[in-house]
Amino acid sequence: MSTTTTTAPATTAAPPSRWQRFRDSFLFYSFKRDLVAQLSMLVFLLMIAAAVFAPWLASMNPYDLAQIDILASELPPFWVDGSDPMYVMGTDAQGRDLLSTILHGLRVSLIIGFGAVILQATLGVCFGLLAGYMGGRIDAFLMRVADIQLSFSTLMVAIIVGALVKAIFGGATFSDYAVWLLVLIIGLAEWPQYARTVRASVLAEKSREYVDAARVMGLRSRRIMFRHILPNTLSPIFVISTVQVANAIISEAALSFLGLGMPETHPSLGSLIKSGFDYIQSGSWWITLIPGLVLVVVVLVINLLGDWLRDVLNPRLYKG
Amino acid sequence: MMTATAASHRAPADDQQPAESLLEIRGLEKRFSLSGDFLEQLKFRRGRIVREQAHVHAINGVDLTVQRGEALCVVGESGCGKSTVARTVMGLLRPTAGEIHYDGERIDHLESRALLPWRKRMQMIFQNPYASLNPRMTIQQTLEEPIRLHNASWTPQQVRDKVAEVMTDVGIAPDWGSRYGHEFSGGQRQRIAIARALAVDPEFIVADEPISALDVSIQAQVLNLLMEAQQERNLTYLFITHDLAVVEHFGTRVAVMYLGRVCEVAPTATLFARPRHPYTQALMSAIPRLEDDRPQHLRLTGEVPTPVNLPSGCVFHGRCPAANERCRREVPRLIATDDGGQVACHGVEEGRLS
Repeated sequence: MSTTTTTAPATTAAPPSRWQRFRDSFLFYSFKRDLVAQLSMLVFLLMIAAAVFAPWLASMNPYDLAQIDILASELPPFWVDGSDPMYVMGTDAQGRDLLSTILHGLRVSLIIGFGAVILQATLGVCFGLLAGYMGGRIDAFLMRVADIQLSFSTLMVAIIVGALVKAIFGGATFSDYAVWLLVLIIGLAEWPQYARTVRASVLAEKSREYVDAARVMGLRSRRIMFRHILPNTLSPIFVISTVQVANAIISEAALSFLGLGMPETHPSLGSLIKSGFDYIQSGSWWITLIPGLVLVVVVLVINLLGDWLRDVLNPRLYKG
Repeated sequence: MMTATAASHRAPADDQQPAESLLEIRGLEKRFSLSGDFLEQLKFRRGRIVREQAHVHAINGVDLTVQRGEALCVVGESGCGKSTVARTVMGLLRPTAGEIHYDGERIDHLESRALLPWRKRMQMIFQNPYASLNPRMTIQQTLEEPIRLHNASWTPQQVRDKVAEVMTDVGIAPDWGSRYGHEFSGGQRQRIAIARALAVDPEFIVADEPISALDVSIQAQVLNLLMEAQQERNLTYLFITHDLAVVEHFGTRVAVMYLGRVCEVAPTATLFARPRHPYTQALMSAIPRLEDDRPQHLRLTGEVPTPVNLPSGCVFHGRCPAANERCRREVPRLIATDDGGQVACHGVEEGRLS
């Protein structure tokens, strides 16, 4: 501003830092005013922290057979008669501390959820950009593949692949690589969701003049796609990502419940629910109910955050 | 006009100054399909399957020459194909037929890699400054991108210096580079878009209605900026517009288009003083003027025909007061007139019209 005499003060010239820009943004502003979003974010961050620090938070390691006491099986949580103060949330049928198992299971569920979404997003964004930008035969081919893929349900694909892998490599190998197999299966099964959303946004962005300007400049298609078009389609990608994380966690739980997901020795939330289901009639409801509640809360907060994000990033409500 | 086949027996008047042609468009045609892909084209008609295709004929045989150092304005009503000509010249669209020669070399069939050296010499300015800047890139990034691409060996400091230079040239303070496009007004954005075009030091600029989206008070500023740039950098313009006042102010020569064809090309003063083609005459008489005694406004009857089914012969015959049997049958070619222009009209050729 003041270009007067001596030393030019570097006051307004400095561009705002990233953090400052974020604090001034509409995103942060609407977050500050939305109690539901704040609560969801708080619960979500707590869940993430619990999952990340599970090995330190948990009182015992549920994967270590030496620590499991079979005599302490099916103990109820602390507010029910006959509980053991050592096991706050009770124990499951194998005598594992339920709280520790849930913490480790949450970790597995979240890894699968985020891993699958990263895979889906990578595939879906690449195919969607390609289909939308190139058009013509490539577009027709990729979108027909997506249609075919969508006509199989995720569970069906997962069941077939899971069963095949189990049959070919045996149950032991399957158990060792179950997490990554589930990431792969759920990731591969759901990429068309991304591809279609990205393609639709690309078609809208492609007709805008900045894309023509980039072409006139002589930029390669790849650079135009990733550097120019992709950053302008990020809002819908963020929004479906939240929903897809929740979906992937649910899919994993469903697969585990059917016995095609995580093995009992290495349980996720879904396989915990399943293992407890056999004892629900004999009165040990907590083995199913408590992991079930945790699953519901995780999925609920992720969906609430996604809802909030969709409202905030809706260009019809706000365009920046 | 100055084609390589100079065997034409009628030498045009402006052949005396050896003006060098920079861009030549020959017989350019562009059709857009309306009927979708192959399966959608199949129709069931009277017991058999036939393939039906419909096209929009955006440009139908345009011949145009842009001379080095001039500002050729292309005017015409909406939908007459003037923007399509601009986009085809820039390689954004591939012509259906015809050739485009730049500085003597054919460029319309080149792949995008092979076009790169030409991209540095020809640049484009777009109509809508609100859409032509990437909303997620700062001005600095927007301007650095073409410079980096076309001068791969430059150091980052050289690139920054060049950006500062072009920003100063168009009247934007260089320290605004860290801002985003939406932080600027329409006129400033168009200046930035001009800076982006000038950043690679082109010699030829296609401007597709560069000021029609701007506030009237800003239009003159941007137009003057374009004219200053032309003088300082010895630029050649292909200037698409529908504003005749701008043409009078800016253009060296004017090409008038109607329904995808060029009907008249002439030096600006000549065209405004003595329009030859009946469509140009009607167009000129539509300019509001502060004169009482001027002749009656020529009122055209009817509508512009649809570019899907082109009329036979002269595209203007349905609305032309002087159309006869030949006009309905035969497509008029551009012929040179005695005052230095070209006109595509049988009436002028036969001497029926002045």
